[in-house]
Amino acid sequence: MSLPDSPVLAYASAANPWFSWQYMHDNSSTVLAALREHALLTVEAVVVAAVVAIPLAVLAHWYRRFTGPILALSGVLYTIPSLALFAVLAPFVGIGRGTVVIGLVVYALLVIVRNTLAGLGQVPEDVREAAQGMGYGRLASLLRIELPLALPGVVAGLRLATVSTVALTTVGVLVGHGGLGQLISAGFHANYRAEITTATVLVVVLALILDLLLATVGRLMTPWLRRRAS
Amino acid sequence: MNYINQAVLWLNDPLNWTNPGTGIIALLEQHLRISAAAVLLGCLIAWPLGLWLGHSGRGGGLVVVVSNVTLAIPTLALLSILPLIAFIGIGELPVILSLTVFAVPPLLANAYTGLRSVDPEVREAARGMGLSGWQLLWRVELPLAVPYLAAGFRTAAVQVVATATLAALVAGGGLGEIISEGFGLGLAKAGGQVLAGGLLVALLALSVEGVLGIVERVVTPRPLRRSKRIRKSKVALTAES
Repeated sequence: MSLPDSPVLAYASAANPWFSWQYMHDNSSTVLAALREHALLTVEAVVVAAVVAIPLAVLAHWYRRFTGPILALSGVLYTIPSLALFAVLAPFVGIGRGTVVIGLVVYALLVIVRNTLAGLGQVPEDVREAAQGMGYGRLASLLRIELPLALPGVVAGLRLATVSTVALTTVGVLVGHGGLGQLISAGFHANYRAEITTATVLVVVLALILDLLLATVGRLMTPWLRRRAS
Repeated sequence: MNYINQAVLWLNDPLNWTNPGTGIIALLEQHLRISAAAVLLGCLIAWPLGLWLGHSGRGGGLVVVVSNVTLAIPTLALLSILPLIAFIGIGELPVILSLTVFAVPPLLANAYTGLRSVDPEVREAARGMGLSGWQLLWRVELPLAVPYLAAGFRTAAVQVVATATLAALVAGGGLGEIISEGFGLGLAKAGGQVLAGGLLVALLALSVEGVLGIVERVVTPRPLRRSKRIRKSKVALTAES
């Protein structure tokens, strides 16, 4: 810098920049550990949510009288603010990862259930009937015909759930396991901008990468859609 | 289930309700004031923009991008960053602005979809009757889009009231303070308070959802109520975004 130094400006920009390579360099292990925890919490939550939500959606699809209650229940759970959910869980589950993962699963549920259900609903009736006519049983038809055809809906649900879970994981800071949220909170309390912005950018990048990954997997699993487009 | 007893005890202490500044009533008032300001500001920004984009039929891509980007930004990050921007400063303003950012996407998307879903034949008939662009927007498209606007308002308001809880993590006030303070004291000492705060906040969010659900029904003209078209397009919108 060849500019004449004004002491106030120099202090302000040196002490509290919005971004600092020095911070990244000095704290790389802390940042990476937070990123790792963040990614693990997200993946764990979405996987558990998918394992619960997809069978629920199938249930709601098969038995119409369950559709309303399942959607209503997951809707109510979705409406409860994350902080409140962690607050209600923590006294019983304890302060720790468990509370965060359970909370995140609850939020991801609704999105996956709704989109899977929509995907299953879009399978054409004649395809279903053709499967039946070829001798497919209910389960075989579901696994080999309907679910593959519903994949675009399922993948859309998983992508939405993943992106919002990545953002929501930061709230886990309340029970000490917020991944990158820990850095955001620490930066706020220390009034240190670089820490907040670094963590925020990483959260958004993580969301983008996971979203892209799921989109790619979804494309690879539905080759017939691409063939139709081209 | 010691914590449940403690929570009941905490809720039965009148001082916890009436304490000036930190009591449930004062915090609830602050919570609702902040939320209302954010939703109002969101409407002022999103509705004119969404209606205009929908009317002119342009900018569908912009609407999707806005929804996707805001979905990925953690609320906590915005709440932490805004107070550190010099001209915004600390206090309620950064909280209101952060919440506005999250109120805009549902308002915008629904305003846009509402106008886009007006039957093209209706639009043509209105044009044929000699209505100008503005008249078409005000007297035909807007009334037909009311159910969508109401649905967007409800989604945005519920989301803002829920998200306003997080303001407590950055000392921004609202009902979340009860929970945040409880965690600060530790579960052993304030587990009941944490649980009570959680239940209060959950109750608030569900009540807002319920009340606005009724409002949504009331403002929707009878012939447009419960139409399957709306529900279907809602699902489609979520699947796309």
